[in-house]
Amino acid sequence: MQVSMKLSLRDAPGNLVAALIPISAAGGNIKTVIHEHIPDAEGNVAVHVVIEIPEEQIEPLKADLAENGITIIRLGKERLLWRETVILIGHLIYTNLEDTINRVDDTGFAEVTYITIAMPEMKGPSSAQLVVRATGPDELAKAIEILRQVAQEKDFLLIVPLGGVA
Amino acid sequence: MKSQIRIAVIGLGAVGRGVVTTLDRMQKENTSSCIISAVSDSRSACIMPDGIDIEAMLAQKEKTGICGDPALSSRDIINSAPYDILVEVSPTDVLSAEPATEYIRAALARGAHVVTSNKGPIALHYQELATLAKKHHVSLRYEATVAGAIPILHILEHDIIGNKINALYGILNGTCNYILTRMSEEGLTYPQALEEARKLGYAEADPQADVEGTDAAIKVVILANTIFQKSISLDDMSITGIEQVTDDALRLTAGCDTTIRLIGEIIPDKNIYRVSPQILPKTHPLVVDGSLNAITLKTDLAGDLTFIGKGAGSFETTSAIVSDIFYILQSG
Repeated sequence: MQVSMKLSLRDAPGNLVAALIPISAAGGNIKTVIHEHIPDAEGNVAVHVVIEIPEEQIEPLKADLAENGITIIRLGKERLLWRETVILIGHLIYTNLEDTINRVDDTGFAEVTYITIAMPEMKGPSSAQLVVRATGPDELAKAIEILRQVAQEKDFLLIVPLGGVA
Repeated sequence: MKSQIRIAVIGLGAVGRGVVTTLDRMQKENTSSCIISAVSDSRSACIMPDGIDIEAMLAQKEKTGICGDPALSSRDIINSAPYDILVEVSPTDVLSAEPATEYIRAALARGAHVVTSNKGPIALHYQELATLAKKHHVSLRYEATVAGAIPILHILEHDIIGNKINALYGILNGTCNYILTRMSEEGLTYPQALEEARKLGYAEADPQADVEGTDAAIKVVILANTIFQKSISLDDMSITGIEQVTDDALRLTAGCDTTIRLIGEIIPDKNIYRVSPQILPKTHPLVVDGSLNAITLKTDLAGDLTFIGKGAGSFETTSAIVSDIFYILQSG
Protein backbone atom coordinates (compact mmCIF):
# COMPACT_ATOMS: atom_id res chain seq x y z
CA MET A 1 0.00 0.00 0.00
CA GLN A 2 1.13 3.52 -0.69
CA VAL A 3 1.03 5.90 2.27
CA SER A 4 1.78 9.59 2.27
CA MET A 5 2.69 11.21 5.60
CA LYS A 6 3.40 14.68 6.79
CA LEU A 7 5.73 14.54 9.80
CA SER A 8 6.85 17.29 12.14
CA LEU A 9 10.32 17.07 13.68
CA ARG A 10 12.78 19.22 15.56
CA ASP A 11 15.02 21.20 13.23
CA ALA A 12 18.23 19.62 14.48
CA PRO A 13 20.93 17.44 12.85
CA GLY A 14 20.10 13.74 12.80
CA ASN A 15 16.34 14.14 13.24
CA LEU A 16 15.47 13.40 9.63
CA VAL A 17 17.42 10.13 9.78
CA ALA A 18 15.73 9.34 13.06
CA ALA A 19 12.38 9.70 11.30
CA LEU A 20 13.33 7.56 8.33
CA ILE A 21 14.96 4.66 10.20
CA PRO A 22 11.64 3.44 11.72
CA ILE A 23 10.11 3.44 8.22
CA SER A 24 12.82 1.17 6.85
CA ALA A 25 12.67 -0.98 9.99
CA ALA A 26 8.93 -1.49 9.40
CA GLY A 27 9.61 -2.77 5.88
CA GLY A 28 8.61 0.48 4.21
CA ASN A 29 10.03 1.49 0.86
CA ILE A 30 10.64 5.23 0.79
CA LYS A 31 9.61 6.70 -2.57
CA THR A 32 9.77 10.45 -1.92
CA VAL A 33 11.07 12.70 0.82
CA ILE A 34 10.45 16.45 0.75
CA HIS A 35 12.12 18.24 3.60
CA GLU A 36 11.02 21.77 4.42
CA HIS A 37 13.88 23.82 5.81
CA ILE A 38 12.07 26.77 7.32
CA PRO A 39 11.12 25.98 10.95
CA ASP A 40 7.82 27.06 12.44
CA ALA A 41 7.54 29.22 15.62
CA GLU A 42 8.32 26.19 17.81
CA GLY A 43 11.45 25.31 15.85
CA ASN A 44 9.88 22.30 14.08
CA VAL A 45 10.13 21.53 10.35
CA ALA A 46 7.71 19.54 8.17
CA VAL A 47 8.76 16.50 6.17
CA HIS A 48 6.54 14.94 3.50
CA VAL A 49 7.24 11.29 2.80
CA VAL A 50 5.60 8.84 0.42
CA ILE A 51 6.23 5.19 1.24
CA GLU A 52 5.19 1.73 0.10
CA ILE A 53 4.46 -0.40 3.16
CA PRO A 54 2.43 -3.52 4.03
CA GLU A 55 -0.90 -2.37 5.50
CA GLU A 56 -0.40 -4.29 8.78
CA GLN A 57 2.83 -2.40 9.43
CA ILE A 58 1.22 1.04 9.52
CA GLU A 59 0.05 0.96 13.15
CA PRO A 60 3.42 -0.35 14.53
CA LEU A 61 5.17 2.35 12.48
CA LYS A 62 2.97 5.09 13.95
CA ALA A 63 3.84 3.88 17.47
CA ASP A 64 7.54 3.68 16.64
CA LEU A 65 7.60 7.23 15.24
CA ALA A 66 5.78 8.57 18.32
CA GLU A 67 8.34 6.84 20.58
CA ASN A 68 11.07 8.66 18.69
CA GLY A 69 9.40 12.01 19.36
CA ILE A 70 8.15 12.49 15.81
CA THR A 71 4.67 13.88 15.34
CA ILE A 72 2.51 12.62 12.49
CA ILE A 73 0.50 15.61 11.27
CA ARG A 74 -1.31 13.75 8.53
CA LEU A 75 -1.38 10.21 7.15
CA GLY A 76 -3.14 9.24 3.93
CA LYS A 77 -3.54 5.74 2.57
CA GLU A 78 -3.80 5.20 -1.16
CA ARG A 79 -4.80 1.74 -2.19
CA LEU A 80 -5.60 2.11 -5.90
CA LEU A 81 -2.37 3.51 -7.24
CA TRP A 82 -2.54 2.46 -10.86
CA ARG A 83 -4.93 4.11 -13.24
CA GLU A 84 -5.95 4.02 -16.85
CA THR A 85 -8.45 6.18 -18.69
CA VAL A 86 -10.46 4.33 -21.32
CA ILE A 87 -13.36 5.03 -23.64
CA LEU A 88 -16.46 2.87 -24.06
CA ILE A 89 -18.86 3.43 -26.94
CA GLY A 90 -22.19 1.64 -27.36
CA HIS A 91 -25.59 1.26 -25.76
CA LEU A 92 -24.11 1.76 -22.32
CA ILE A 93 -27.29 2.73 -20.49
CA TYR A 94 -29.70 0.18 -21.95
CA THR A 95 -27.27 -2.67 -21.30
CA ASN A 96 -27.15 -2.02 -17.53
CA LEU A 97 -24.37 0.45 -16.82
CA GLU A 98 -24.38 -0.54 -13.15
CA ASP A 99 -23.53 -4.11 -14.11
CA THR A 100 -20.71 -2.89 -16.38
CA ILE A 101 -19.15 -0.92 -13.52
CA ASN A 102 -19.78 -3.63 -10.92
CA ARG A 103 -17.93 -6.19 -12.99
CA VAL A 104 -14.78 -4.15 -12.30
CA ASP A 105 -15.67 -2.99 -8.77
CA ASP A 106 -16.54 -6.54 -7.64
CA THR A 107 -12.97 -7.70 -8.21
CA GLY A 108 -11.85 -6.10 -4.95
CA PHE A 109 -8.60 -5.01 -6.60
CA ALA A 110 -9.93 -2.45 -9.08
CA GLU A 111 -12.66 0.17 -9.29
CA VAL A 112 -14.20 2.50 -11.83
CA THR A 113 -13.60 5.76 -9.98
CA TYR A 114 -14.81 8.29 -12.54
CA ILE A 115 -17.20 8.22 -15.45
CA THR A 116 -18.40 10.86 -17.90
CA ILE A 117 -21.10 9.93 -20.38
CA ALA A 118 -22.26 11.72 -23.49
CA MET A 119 -25.69 10.63 -24.74
CA PRO A 120 -26.46 12.54 -27.92
CA GLU A 121 -29.78 10.91 -28.81
CA MET A 122 -32.28 8.61 -27.16
CA LYS A 123 -31.61 5.47 -29.12
CA GLY A 124 -28.12 6.24 -30.38
CA PRO A 125 -24.93 4.89 -28.88
CA SER A 126 -23.44 6.78 -25.97
CA SER A 127 -19.76 7.44 -25.34
CA ALA A 128 -18.18 7.26 -21.91
CA GLN A 129 -14.82 8.06 -20.46
CA LEU A 130 -13.96 5.83 -17.53
CA VAL A 131 -11.09 6.05 -15.08
CA VAL A 132 -10.20 2.60 -13.80
CA ARG A 133 -7.96 2.38 -10.75
CA ALA A 134 -6.30 -0.75 -9.39
CA THR A 135 -3.88 -1.88 -6.72
CA GLY A 136 -1.10 -2.78 -9.16
CA PRO A 137 -0.22 -3.01 -12.85
CA ASP A 138 -1.28 -6.65 -13.18
CA GLU A 139 -4.57 -5.92 -11.45
CA LEU A 140 -5.13 -2.95 -13.75
CA ALA A 141 -4.49 -5.15 -16.79
CA LYS A 142 -6.99 -7.70 -15.42
CA ALA A 143 -9.59 -4.96 -14.88
CA ILE A 144 -9.16 -3.74 -18.47
CA GLU A 145 -9.47 -7.32 -19.66
CA ILE A 146 -12.75 -7.62 -17.75
CA LEU A 147 -13.97 -4.47 -19.50
CA ARG A 148 -12.87 -5.98 -22.78
CA GLN A 149 -15.02 -9.06 -22.10
CA VAL A 150 -17.98 -6.89 -21.13
CA ALA A 151 -17.47 -4.86 -24.30
CA GLN A 152 -17.58 -8.04 -26.36
CA GLU A 153 -20.73 -9.29 -24.60
CA LYS A 154 -22.56 -5.98 -24.86
CA ASP A 155 -21.21 -4.98 -28.28
CA PHE A 156 -19.29 -1.92 -27.04
CA LEU A 157 -16.16 -0.49 -28.57
CA LEU A 158 -13.45 -0.30 -25.91
CA ILE A 159 -10.62 2.13 -26.68
CA VAL A 160 -7.51 1.88 -24.51
CA PRO A 161 -4.35 3.99 -24.38
CA LEU A 162 -1.48 3.10 -26.71
CA GLY A 163 1.22 1.15 -24.92
CA GLY A 164 -0.95 0.92 -21.78
CA VAL A 165 -1.32 -2.10 -19.54
CA ALA A 166 -3.75 -3.92 -21.81
CA MET B 1 24.67 -6.72 -62.82
CA LYS B 2 24.72 -6.04 -66.57
CA SER B 3 25.43 -2.51 -67.70
CA GLN B 4 22.05 -1.94 -69.29
CA ILE B 5 19.12 -3.14 -67.26
CA ARG B 6 15.84 -3.90 -68.92
CA ILE B 7 12.67 -3.18 -67.04
CA ALA B 8 9.15 -4.33 -67.82
CA VAL B 9 6.23 -2.50 -66.28
CA ILE B 10 2.88 -4.25 -65.88
CA GLY B 11 0.13 -1.70 -65.36
CA LEU B 12 0.04 1.86 -66.66
CA GLY B 13 -2.19 3.54 -64.14
CA ALA B 14 -0.93 6.61 -62.29
CA VAL B 15 1.82 4.59 -60.57
CA GLY B 16 2.99 2.75 -63.69
CA ARG B 17 3.12 6.05 -65.62
CA GLY B 18 5.01 7.63 -62.73
CA VAL B 19 7.59 4.84 -62.76
CA VAL B 20 8.24 4.90 -66.52
CA THR B 21 8.38 8.71 -66.56
CA THR B 22 10.85 8.80 -63.66
CA LEU B 23 13.09 6.11 -65.16
CA ASP B 24 12.97 7.86 -68.55
CA ARG B 25 13.98 11.17 -66.96
CA MET B 26 16.81 9.52 -65.03
CA GLN B 27 18.11 7.86 -68.18
CA LYS B 28 18.08 11.18 -70.03
CA GLU B 29 19.90 12.80 -67.10
CA ASN B 30 22.45 9.94 -67.23
CA THR B 31 21.64 8.96 -63.64
CA SER B 32 20.32 5.56 -64.68
CA SER B 33 21.21 2.94 -67.24
CA CYS B 34 17.76 1.33 -67.13
CA ILE B 35 15.69 1.04 -70.24
CA ILE B 36 12.01 0.17 -70.37
CA SER B 37 11.78 -2.89 -72.60
CA ALA B 38 8.08 -3.62 -72.13
CA VAL B 39 4.91 -2.04 -70.79
CA SER B 40 1.32 -3.19 -70.64
CA ASP B 41 -2.06 -1.81 -69.72
CA SER B 42 -5.30 -3.71 -69.34
CA ARG B 43 -5.94 -3.81 -73.10
CA SER B 44 -2.57 -3.95 -74.81
CA ALA B 45 1.16 -4.34 -74.49
CA CYS B 46 4.29 -2.90 -76.06
CA ILE B 47 7.54 -4.86 -76.24
CA MET B 48 10.77 -3.29 -77.54
CA PRO B 49 13.93 -5.09 -76.41
CA ASP B 50 16.12 -2.03 -77.15
CA GLY B 51 13.92 0.36 -75.22
CA ILE B 52 10.56 2.04 -75.63
CA ASP B 53 10.28 5.73 -76.52
CA ILE B 54 8.38 6.58 -73.32
CA GLU B 55 7.16 10.00 -74.37
CA ALA B 56 5.77 8.65 -77.65
CA MET B 57 4.20 5.65 -75.93
CA LEU B 58 2.46 7.82 -73.30
CA ALA B 59 1.28 10.24 -75.98
CA GLN B 60 -0.24 7.32 -77.88
CA LYS B 61 -1.91 6.03 -74.73
CA GLU B 62 -3.31 9.47 -74.06
CA LYS B 63 -4.71 9.65 -77.58
CA THR B 64 -5.95 6.10 -78.16
CA GLY B 65 -6.37 4.74 -74.64
CA ILE B 66 -3.92 1.90 -75.25
CA CYS B 67 -0.15 1.76 -74.91
CA GLY B 68 0.68 -0.75 -77.62
CA ASP B 69 -0.51 -3.72 -79.62
CA PRO B 70 -3.97 -4.98 -78.58
CA ALA B 71 -2.91 -8.45 -79.73
CA LEU B 72 -0.33 -8.52 -76.95
CA SER B 73 -1.04 -8.73 -73.23
CA SER B 74 0.66 -8.61 -69.84
CA ARG B 75 1.11 -12.38 -69.99
CA ASP B 76 3.08 -12.07 -73.25
CA ILE B 77 5.46 -9.71 -71.48
CA ILE B 78 5.76 -11.85 -68.36
CA ASN B 79 6.43 -15.04 -70.31
CA SER B 80 8.44 -13.95 -73.31
CA ALA B 81 9.61 -10.32 -73.30
CA PRO B 82 13.22 -9.60 -72.38
CA TYR B 83 13.51 -8.01 -68.92
CA ASP B 84 15.74 -8.14 -65.84
CA ILE B 85 13.30 -6.50 -63.44
CA LEU B 86 9.52 -6.79 -63.54
CA VAL B 87 7.67 -3.83 -62.05
CA GLU B 88 4.30 -5.30 -61.18
CA VAL B 89 1.75 -2.53 -60.58
CA SER B 90 -1.31 -4.10 -62.17
CA PRO B 91 -4.80 -3.42 -60.80
CA THR B 92 -5.18 -6.35 -58.41
CA ASP B 93 -7.83 -7.19 -55.88
CA VAL B 94 -6.07 -7.32 -52.54
CA LEU B 95 -8.02 -10.26 -51.16
CA SER B 96 -7.70 -12.53 -54.20
CA ALA B 97 -4.19 -11.20 -54.95
CA GLU B 98 -4.69 -11.98 -58.65
CA PRO B 99 -3.52 -11.54 -61.34
CA ALA B 100 -0.46 -10.04 -59.60
CA THR B 101 0.57 -13.26 -57.85
CA GLU B 102 0.50 -15.18 -61.13
CA TYR B 103 2.66 -12.50 -62.81
CA ILE B 104 5.17 -12.37 -59.95
CA ARG B 105 5.46 -16.14 -59.74
CA ALA B 106 6.13 -16.44 -63.49
CA ALA B 107 8.70 -13.61 -63.51
CA LEU B 108 10.62 -15.02 -60.55
CA ALA B 109 10.59 -18.47 -62.16
CA ARG B 110 12.16 -16.86 -65.25
CA GLY B 111 14.95 -15.56 -63.05
CA ALA B 112 13.86 -11.90 -63.06
CA HIS B 113 13.78 -9.58 -60.08
CA VAL B 114 10.33 -8.31 -59.10
CA VAL B 115 9.20 -5.02 -57.60
CA THR B 116 5.52 -4.75 -56.72
CA SER B 117 3.13 -2.31 -55.11
CA ASN B 118 0.40 -4.91 -54.75
CA LYS B 119 -0.27 -5.88 -51.15
CA GLY B 120 -2.23 -9.07 -51.90
CA PRO B 121 0.63 -11.26 -53.17
CA ILE B 122 2.91 -10.25 -50.28
CA ALA B 123 0.24 -10.57 -47.59
CA LEU B 124 -1.03 -13.92 -48.86
CA HIS B 125 1.89 -15.65 -50.58
CA TYR B 126 5.10 -14.16 -49.19
CA GLN B 127 6.71 -17.41 -48.07
CA GLU B 128 6.13 -19.11 -51.41
CA LEU B 129 7.29 -16.12 -53.46
CA ALA B 130 10.35 -15.45 -51.27
CA THR B 131 11.37 -19.10 -51.56
CA LEU B 132 10.96 -18.95 -55.33
CA ALA B 133 13.06 -15.75 -55.50
CA LYS B 134 15.79 -17.34 -53.40
CA LYS B 135 15.82 -20.45 -55.58
CA HIS B 136 16.40 -18.31 -58.67
CA HIS B 137 18.87 -15.94 -56.94
CA VAL B 138 16.72 -12.88 -57.55
CA SER B 139 15.11 -10.23 -55.37
CA LEU B 140 11.47 -9.64 -54.55
CA ARG B 141 10.91 -6.06 -53.30
CA TYR B 142 7.64 -4.56 -52.05
CA GLU B 143 8.46 -1.28 -50.26
CA ALA B 144 5.38 0.40 -51.78
CA THR B 145 2.99 -2.03 -50.05
CA VAL B 146 3.40 -0.50 -46.58
CA ALA B 147 3.21 3.19 -45.64
CA GLY B 148 3.78 4.55 -49.16
CA ALA B 149 6.72 6.90 -49.27
CA ILE B 150 8.13 5.91 -45.86
CA PRO B 151 10.97 3.45 -46.60
CA ILE B 152 9.99 1.38 -43.58
CA LEU B 153 10.99 -2.02 -44.96
CA HIS B 154 14.43 -0.76 -45.91
CA ILE B 155 14.82 0.84 -42.49
CA LEU B 156 13.84 -2.36 -40.70
CA GLU B 157 15.95 -4.63 -42.92
CA HIS B 158 19.05 -2.47 -43.21
CA ASP B 159 19.22 0.85 -41.41
CA ILE B 160 18.59 -0.44 -37.90
CA ILE B 161 19.94 -3.95 -38.35
CA GLY B 162 21.11 -5.44 -35.06
CA ASN B 163 18.29 -3.82 -33.11
CA LYS B 164 15.64 -5.94 -31.48
CA ILE B 165 12.24 -4.47 -32.35
CA ASN B 166 10.18 -4.73 -29.18
CA ALA B 167 7.11 -3.10 -30.68
CA LEU B 168 5.88 -1.45 -33.86
CA TYR B 169 2.98 0.99 -33.78
CA GLY B 170 1.74 2.50 -37.00
CA ILE B 171 -0.78 4.85 -38.54
CA LEU B 172 -1.06 2.70 -41.65
CA ASN B 173 -4.25 3.94 -43.28
CA GLY B 174 -4.48 7.53 -44.47
CA THR B 175 -8.25 7.45 -44.95
CA CYS B 176 -8.91 6.54 -41.31
CA ASN B 177 -6.36 9.05 -40.11
CA TYR B 178 -8.00 11.77 -42.18
CA ILE B 179 -11.47 10.95 -40.81
CA LEU B 180 -10.28 10.84 -37.17
CA THR B 181 -8.29 14.06 -37.60
CA ARG B 182 -11.34 15.90 -38.94
CA MET B 183 -13.61 14.48 -36.22
CA SER B 184 -11.09 15.56 -33.61
CA GLU B 185 -10.28 19.00 -34.96
CA GLU B 186 -13.62 20.12 -36.34
CA GLY B 187 -16.05 18.10 -34.26
CA LEU B 188 -17.44 16.39 -37.36
CA THR B 189 -19.48 13.23 -36.94
CA TYR B 190 -18.14 10.03 -38.46
CA PRO B 191 -20.56 10.14 -41.46
CA GLN B 192 -19.70 13.81 -42.10
CA ALA B 193 -15.95 13.18 -41.99
CA LEU B 194 -16.27 10.11 -44.23
CA GLU B 195 -18.31 12.09 -46.75
CA GLU B 196 -15.71 14.84 -46.76
CA ALA B 197 -12.91 12.29 -47.23
CA ARG B 198 -14.79 10.85 -50.21
CA LYS B 199 -15.30 14.26 -51.81
CA LEU B 200 -11.63 15.14 -51.46
CA GLY B 201 -10.51 11.79 -52.83
CA TYR B 202 -8.98 10.54 -49.56
CA ALA B 203 -11.52 7.71 -49.40
CA GLU B 204 -12.45 5.20 -52.09
CA ALA B 205 -15.99 5.03 -53.42
CA ASP B 206 -16.24 1.87 -51.33
CA PRO B 207 -14.21 2.66 -48.21
CA GLN B 208 -15.12 -0.50 -46.27
CA ALA B 209 -11.62 -2.05 -46.37
CA ASP B 210 -10.21 1.18 -44.95
CA VAL B 211 -12.73 1.99 -42.22
CA GLU B 212 -13.10 -1.62 -41.06
CA GLY B 213 -9.34 -1.75 -40.48
CA THR B 214 -8.69 -4.45 -43.11
CA ASP B 215 -6.27 -2.35 -45.16
CA ALA B 216 -4.18 -1.50 -42.09
CA ALA B 217 -4.35 -5.15 -41.01
CA ILE B 218 -2.99 -6.31 -44.38
CA LYS B 219 0.03 -4.05 -43.82
CA VAL B 220 0.50 -5.49 -40.34
CA VAL B 221 0.44 -8.99 -41.88
CA ILE B 222 3.07 -7.94 -44.45
CA LEU B 223 5.34 -6.48 -41.75
CA ALA B 224 4.83 -9.47 -39.44
CA ASN B 225 5.54 -12.05 -42.12
CA THR B 226 8.44 -10.34 -43.87
CA ILE B 227 10.34 -8.48 -41.15
CA PHE B 228 9.38 -10.48 -38.07
CA GLN B 229 9.36 -13.76 -39.98
CA LYS B 230 6.03 -14.89 -38.63
CA SER B 231 3.42 -16.77 -40.55
CA ILE B 232 0.16 -15.02 -39.86
CA SER B 233 -2.92 -14.19 -41.90
CA LEU B 234 -5.79 -11.75 -41.39
CA ASP B 235 -7.64 -14.52 -39.52
CA ASP B 236 -4.95 -14.48 -36.81
CA MET B 237 -5.42 -10.78 -36.14
CA SER B 238 -7.66 -8.78 -33.90
CA ILE B 239 -9.11 -6.09 -36.19
CA THR B 240 -11.36 -3.22 -35.09
CA GLY B 241 -12.05 -0.31 -37.42
CA ILE B 242 -13.23 3.23 -36.79
CA GLU B 243 -16.91 3.01 -37.75
CA GLN B 244 -18.07 2.97 -34.13
CA VAL B 245 -15.88 5.90 -33.03
CA THR B 246 -18.07 8.86 -32.10
CA ASP B 247 -17.39 12.59 -32.11
CA ASP B 248 -18.35 12.50 -28.41
CA ALA B 249 -15.54 10.02 -27.72
CA LEU B 250 -13.06 12.38 -29.38
CA ARG B 251 -14.39 15.30 -27.31
CA LEU B 252 -14.03 13.26 -24.11
CA THR B 253 -10.43 12.32 -24.89
CA ALA B 254 -9.61 15.91 -25.89
CA GLY B 255 -10.40 16.95 -22.32
CA CYS B 256 -7.31 14.99 -21.21
CA ASP B 257 -5.15 16.32 -24.07
CA THR B 258 -5.44 12.97 -25.78
CA THR B 259 -6.99 11.85 -29.03
CA ILE B 260 -7.96 8.66 -30.88
CA ARG B 261 -6.13 7.17 -33.85
CA LEU B 262 -6.36 3.83 -35.66
CA ILE B 263 -3.18 1.97 -34.73
CA GLY B 264 -1.64 -1.10 -36.34
CA GLU B 265 0.41 -2.87 -33.72
CA ILE B 266 3.00 -5.64 -33.62
CA ILE B 267 4.46 -6.82 -30.32
CA PRO B 268 6.41 -9.89 -31.43
CA ASP B 269 7.22 -11.34 -27.99
CA LYS B 270 3.58 -11.27 -26.93
CA ASN B 271 2.29 -12.41 -30.35
CA ILE B 272 0.14 -9.30 -30.56
CA TYR B 273 -0.93 -8.42 -34.10
CA ARG B 274 -3.73 -5.93 -33.81
CA VAL B 275 -5.49 -3.04 -35.51
CA SER B 276 -7.68 -0.94 -33.22
CA PRO B 277 -8.54 2.63 -32.34
CA GLN B 278 -6.35 3.68 -29.41
CA ILE B 279 -5.98 6.71 -27.16
CA LEU B 280 -2.76 8.72 -27.61
CA PRO B 281 -1.49 11.93 -26.03
CA LYS B 282 -1.90 14.75 -28.56
CA THR B 283 1.85 15.31 -28.32
CA HIS B 284 2.69 11.72 -29.31
CA PRO B 285 4.76 11.66 -32.52
CA LEU B 286 2.28 9.20 -34.06
CA VAL B 287 -0.48 11.82 -33.89
CA VAL B 288 -0.09 13.07 -37.44
CA ASP B 289 -2.70 15.05 -39.28
CA GLY B 290 -4.74 14.34 -42.35
CA SER B 291 -3.90 11.42 -44.59
CA LEU B 292 -0.30 11.05 -43.39
CA ASN B 293 1.12 7.74 -42.24
CA ALA B 294 3.52 7.32 -39.31
CA ILE B 295 5.36 4.42 -37.73
CA THR B 296 6.99 4.25 -34.30
CA LEU B 297 9.51 1.50 -33.62
CA LYS B 298 10.51 0.63 -30.09
CA THR B 299 14.00 -0.82 -30.29
CA ASP B 300 16.57 -2.01 -27.77
CA LEU B 301 19.56 -0.08 -29.14
CA ALA B 302 18.23 2.91 -31.07
CA GLY B 303 15.40 3.62 -28.62
CA ASP B 304 12.18 4.95 -30.06
CA LEU B 305 12.18 5.95 -33.72
CA THR B 306 9.25 7.53 -35.54
CA PHE B 307 8.92 7.96 -39.30
CA ILE B 308 6.27 10.15 -40.89
CA GLY B 309 5.30 10.44 -44.54
CA LYS B 310 2.61 10.26 -47.15
CA GLY B 311 1.05 6.83 -47.14
CA ALA B 312 -0.67 6.80 -50.49
CA GLY B 313 -0.69 8.57 -53.82
CA SER B 314 0.91 7.88 -57.14
CA PHE B 315 4.04 10.00 -56.56
CA GLU B 316 4.73 8.44 -53.17
CA THR B 317 4.20 4.92 -54.51
CA THR B 318 6.45 5.74 -57.47
CA SER B 319 9.12 6.88 -55.01
CA ALA B 320 8.99 3.54 -53.19
CA ILE B 321 9.11 1.53 -56.43
CA VAL B 322 12.03 3.45 -57.95
CA SER B 323 13.89 3.07 -54.66
CA ASP B 324 13.34 -0.71 -54.80
CA ILE B 325 14.61 -0.82 -58.40
CA PHE B 326 17.80 0.99 -57.44
CA TYR B 327 18.24 -1.16 -54.36
CA ILE B 328 18.26 -4.19 -56.68
CA LEU B 329 20.68 -2.50 -59.09
CA GLN B 330 23.08 -1.57 -56.30
CA SER B 331 22.98 -4.94 -54.57
CA GLY B 332 23.24 -6.90 -57.82
